[in-house]
Amino acid sequence: MTHAERAALFAAEPGRSAWHDEALWSVRQRRDEAVRALPEWGRLVELAGQLKAHTLARLPDYLEQFESEATARGAVVHWAKDAAEHNRIVLGLLEERRVERVAKSKSMLTEECGLNPYLEARGIEVIDTDLGERIVQLRNEAPSHIVLPAIHLKRTEIGALFHEHLGTPAGESEPAALVAAARQDLRRRFLSAQAGITGVNFGIAETGGIVVCTNEGNADLGTSLPPLHIASMGIEKLIPRLADLSVFLRLLARSATGQPITAYTSHFHGPRPDAELHIVLVDNGRSALRAREAVREALHCIRCGACMNTCPVFRYGGGHAYGATIPGPIGSVLEPAKHPQHHASLPFACSGCGACGGVCPVGIDLPQQLQSLRAESGPQRGAMGLRAMSFAMRGRRRYALATGVMRLAQRLLPRLVIERMARGWTRDRALPQAARESFRSWWQKQERGR
Amino acid sequence: MSRESILAALRQSEPPDPGLPEIEGRWQHFDDRATRFAAALEGAGGRCIRVPARPRIAAELQGLEAFRQARRRASVVDGLGDPNVSLGDLDDPRRLADVGFALLPGSLAVAESGAVWVDASDYLHRAVLFLPEHLGLVVRVPDLVDTLHQAYERIRFEGVGFGCFLAGPSKTADIEQALVIGAHGARSVTVFLVGRS
Amino acid sequence: MRVALFVPCFVDQFAPGMARATLEVLAAQGVEASYPRNQTCCGQPAWNAGLPDAARPLARHFARTFADFDYVVAPSASCVAMVRRHYAGLLGRDSGSEGFDTARVFELCEFLWEVLGVREIEGRFPHRVGLHVGCHGLRELGLGNASERIRGRRPDPIRRLLESLAGIEIVDLARPDECCGFGGTFAVGEPEMSAQMGRARLADHAAAGAEVLVSADPSCLLHLGGLIERQARAWPVLHVAEVLAGHAWPRSQEVEGA
Repeated sequence: MTHAERAALFAAEPGRSAWHDEALWSVRQRRDEAVRALPEWGRLVELAGQLKAHTLARLPDYLEQFESEATARGAVVHWAKDAAEHNRIVLGLLEERRVERVAKSKSMLTEECGLNPYLEARGIEVIDTDLGERIVQLRNEAPSHIVLPAIHLKRTEIGALFHEHLGTPAGESEPAALVAAARQDLRRRFLSAQAGITGVNFGIAETGGIVVCTNEGNADLGTSLPPLHIASMGIEKLIPRLADLSVFLRLLARSATGQPITAYTSHFHGPRPDAELHIVLVDNGRSALRAREAVREALHCIRCGACMNTCPVFRYGGGHAYGATIPGPIGSVLEPAKHPQHHASLPFACSGCGACGGVCPVGIDLPQQLQSLRAESGPQRGAMGLRAMSFAMRGRRRYALATGVMRLAQRLLPRLVIERMARGWTRDRALPQAARESFRSWWQKQERGR
Repeated sequence: MSRESILAALRQSEPPDPGLPEIEGRWQHFDDRATRFAAALEGAGGRCIRVPARPRIAAELQGLEAFRQARRRASVVDGLGDPNVSLGDLDDPRRLADVGFALLPGSLAVAESGAVWVDASDYLHRAVLFLPEHLGLVVRVPDLVDTLHQAYERIRFEGVGFGCFLAGPSKTADIEQALVIGAHGARSVTVFLVGRS
Repeated sequence: MRVALFVPCFVDQFAPGMARATLEVLAAQGVEASYPRNQTCCGQPAWNAGLPDAARPLARHFARTFADFDYVVAPSASCVAMVRRHYAGLLGRDSGSEGFDTARVFELCEFLWEVLGVREIEGRFPHRVGLHVGCHGLRELGLGNASERIRGRRPDPIRRLLESLAGIEIVDLARPDECCGFGGTFAVGEPEMSAQMGRARLADHAAAGAEVLVSADPSCLLHLGGLIERQARAWPVLHVAEVLAGHAWPRSQEVEGA
């Protein structure tokens, strides 16, 4: 299915699309308030873009520095060239230690690698501990947003889900009550977990440290109790210095939810005493993206989700419409850049409004990246028609011929035939009628009259 | 080996390098950091109690229902918090799950966000930041900074370590964007800000 | 100064009144624009659809057609944005178009404000206007300040010139610069999203009490107008040029003598 088809299904669900739009718009508004309160926002965005571009340019050196510093502090650093290797490394670490129960905090990278089904197929229980992720896990579906995984679900649906899986009373849908039930359940899971898997928001080359940001504290609960912490990190998540965190952290939560900072911002440098820390560095197509000038800037992404909250197509069509690990404007660059055939419709899931570029806190020119992917994507439906039309526009005489034919067709063909030919338009909109006299002919008459 | 092939792949291209920038700019400044900190903390669902000196904290703690009702209490702050759990003797951090109140020292606090930096590098059990039902944090006024820029001027990680910015209690808005305080971690955070502005 | 009028093909065929109004608005400021008959299309539809090879000959043709003018004025922010923002990349150092300075191509209100220094237009328009801010004009040409940018200080010539008309009231929308959903090929490639977005705009205008819909972009008007007609709302849909030229109203979609 294409994005258009999936988005249409979402929009067809009664009460879903407009409600989803309002929910995400309110998140965007909170972001606006936070940005308004920070006069130095523009300077931070500028610095963030520069820091990311520089780090990306010098990535091999910074990765070696990171590995050296992390190792010196007792962490073990692994390198995975692709998703399959990442999964094998994680499985190996878990099996060696006979781990059967894992607590996992939010990591889009582990989603990208398909880690959960991989481990579950091999008898390892993985509990997603971010509440939104836990909800979609229980529903057996993918997250629909990288920061707000269950934003597409209403409280009644979550209530029914928790009634089935957590034993909450039937009909209970008050968020506070549902969260309380989840708290009970997840705290039990944290206490019985034998390993904790997290993502990494930022890896620091200078100190070999990793930073994980959450509002729930689930990454910390998952990693402060069991003796094994596995951190999955995309190679683009590196930043040069500890102090650079001041720039990124001031931008991240404000862009994501409008908060100045998340409730927990943990800085891990080496393992706990008597415990292990394993960091898995993952490429999985990132080095290839980095080599392409047209899309490399997309690797600057700090996964705030602001572009999703601002994109009208995301708001009205939902995150699942993209059929990709990362949805929304940034996903519509990253995913087709890696898999052009599979995600061919994504650069076109965009009305070209440009608002995404305006909210990106690291200054990625998303509109431009989306446009270059369109040119790379190959022929879409309607390409033939557009080529023909463009051919007709190359000169005055051809234009006159083409428009003459069009006007004749409009006069002679039955309205129903025209409407069916232009179905994509006419299903919801009236077709314009050709004016009796075009501007061109009116002008010619004026000229003759002079 | 993947390490070598990844590094080799990266070295095959040379994206343009704008250079490593200095982190400088005209950052937000607050004339009254304490008031700003308290407001930001409240916005994050926490609470700030001003005390003129450390000894006063004991009385303030007694005024907190969460503290009074905590049957098991932990503390990393010398002489305060009336602990009955000995963190140094605990072999399993999971035993902290039923700690009703834990009092911890913060080495600095950030006015723009209400965040407190807790350096747990020397803690046997860093879980004491995350498992207890309620947290109290002790910070001195001179350790209040405006923004994260000043905070990172003071934070160092020379060797093995762990530190965390705590900004209010655990929370989530994952259900219809309705903010609920007390997700999986502490259900309340009270910061005792010691000293005069 | 030699000023040429560029008329997008859609306007030429379906809404010539917008182009005539543009001429009148310019004439009222003492500018007699000419209309080079060789003109066809700026190439935006093809380029937008990811077909730069199909767009390139049109861009060359545009550059040749307008080579000898000091200014080119168009009643279409999206066409102007195509030329100013994307021709350089499309044409590169194409020797046939070297020297074509895209910076002299202007949207109508932009031209009035920046080149002619016009700050007010004489005329009356005593109606509640729903002003649809087109994305290309806003974000690609900088006509006004995008709501997500927070701290913009650019002038908004379209709004300011409209506001100078006696009796006009521009209503306050809940979402002042949300996309209408036209988006070029998006309109038929993602018809459901396009229609949803358009209908949401109309609901916003309705809630704000608009009596007439105005925009500086004919493509947005084409799309919104088409939705309006299906919804059987009695809203006239007017181009900014028509409002500034004082063209007769009320009138629904341009159907001359039909």
